[in-house]
Amino acid sequence: MMRLWFGGLVIGLWLLLACAGMMFPLRPDEVDLTRILAAPGDGSWFGYDDLGRPLWDRVVVGARYSFFVAFFVVLISACAGTLIGTVSAYLGGWIDHATTRVIDVFLAFPGILLAIALAGVLGAGINNVVIALVTVGWVGFARLARAQVLSLKDREHVQAAVALGASRTRIVLRHLLPLITAPLIIEATFGVAGVVIAEAGLSFLGLGIQPPTPSWGSMIRDSGRYMLVSPHMMLVPGVALMLVVLAVNMLGDHLRDHLDVHLAERGRR
Amino acid sequence: MTRFLLARFGSAMLVLFGVSLLVFLLIHLIPGDPVEVMLGESSQPADREALRHALGLDQALHLQLADYYRQLLVFDLGESLYSRRPITDILFERLPATLELALAGLAVAMLVAVPLGTIAATRRGSAWDLGAMSFSMIGISIPNFLMGPLLILVFSLWLGWLPVSGRDEAASLVLPALTLGTALAAILSRMLRATLLEVLGEDYIRTARAKGLSERAVIFRHALRNALLPVITLLGLQLGALLAGAVITETVFSWPGIGLLTIESIHRRDYPVVQACVLLISLGYVAVNTFTDLVYARLDPRIRFGGVA
Repeated sequence: MMRLWFGGLVIGLWLLLACAGMMFPLRPDEVDLTRILAAPGDGSWFGYDDLGRPLWDRVVVGARYSFFVAFFVVLISACAGTLIGTVSAYLGGWIDHATTRVIDVFLAFPGILLAIALAGVLGAGINNVVIALVTVGWVGFARLARAQVLSLKDREHVQAAVALGASRTRIVLRHLLPLITAPLIIEATFGVAGVVIAEAGLSFLGLGIQPPTPSWGSMIRDSGRYMLVSPHMMLVPGVALMLVVLAVNMLGDHLRDHLDVHLAERGRR
Repeated sequence: MTRFLLARFGSAMLVLFGVSLLVFLLIHLIPGDPVEVMLGESSQPADREALRHALGLDQALHLQLADYYRQLLVFDLGESLYSRRPITDILFERLPATLELALAGLAVAMLVAVPLGTIAATRRGSAWDLGAMSFSMIGISIPNFLMGPLLILVFSLWLGWLPVSGRDEAASLVLPALTLGTALAAILSRMLRATLLEVLGEDYIRTARAKGLSERAVIFRHALRNALLPVITLLGLQLGALLAGAVITETVFSWPGIGLLTIESIHRRDYPVVQACVLLISLGYVAVNTFTDLVYARLDPRIRFGGVA
């Protein structure tokens, strides 16, 4: 229960900062030369960075970018992956063989490495980050959806629907997809945590969101040189990032324990 | 067993083919003229033509592909645009550092995960369990590029025990290995706890206890051995994450391995080297996974004789 509360609270805050932050006049790029590297306190919650920019404003804007990148990447990956996996498993035959091979190849790249290479080749920028992360992200959903549909498509209720003359689209939409949503939602939740880390990682490497736009990853990178004199520059975006990832993972664990029918049954046995 | 080996080997070859094809296509994804991107806008047309020819980009795509595979077969990866040296030589220089780091990270992960997972499972619900699982949850949630700087801050800058970066002395390895190993330790200890809990409910554990074996013997000789099997599979899968994590960890600590080379080459627009690095890391990953499957088959007679291919 604590996991749900903590997860919900932090994620709610993240969402609030991402959305409500747009309505407030934030000045993430405003330089105040008198407050370079100023520590938290003294009129500001989080202090100032090496150029005299307010860290609170920068972290809130960073929350916006991490949230929207995570949201869109997971949404697009989940839709594309589910579609590919479901269709492949349902149609079977050579289509399924080919899809499986493609999935295997994508799985053979250590996740973030392909994203790093793609972002490096395509050039930095938020659009390319989304493209790179979707290219890596759809595979997990496709594999999961395929495996789930394979185990379901010969069930009696599907055979009954076929016998009643239901179209393929209707069978997939009404009789297969509703049964595989629970594992997909769990996968999507953990996916959000993965994408938040990946986006910050790419920005940390200088391949993601470009300055002066703040991203938690690039803020952590920029803090490197000032670590000893002003650790708050690293701790502020670092703790924000850690809390969000922790919260999403906890929510994912909670959902897995409560949504996944198979696991719940095993636990009761 | 032979059939299993052949099937596993065959699918590994197919995957290798696909991976190398994707890596080949990578350079064609560069928006605009790749040669201009690599040499910069102010480059001379003659230089661009020379490079275009050297990279084979002036040929038809299928000819380029044929050349690419012909060169791969003899381990000729071309020349670095930055240092003008054969890429194979550069990779061989950098590889030991990455292997050293990966092995050290793996060792850290196992040394932490096995005791932690065992304690958590054998004292389920206790404060030990809660502590171990909280550690694991936090470990999963701290990315390498945050863990690394945090460790540097505490152990290098505040305490002054360990070097900040580089690979000049043995102590340099400690922080990168800890950074790389923590996330893996977190995942493995969770997994080990789960499988150990399942194994401890099996009949043969009750038998072992009933015949009067000490709890130590039950856990170490009977339970842990079986619980480690799925962990080994996960280890193979996670090694990919470890190798990819090495890219970031090496950047944080200026550790002169393949990962740092990848990032340096991306920033230098030295794309042939980027391709080679991605290919090498992915090939390593495929090799490790295939090897893990074989080890798994060796350890688990059900797979060896069951004909699961």
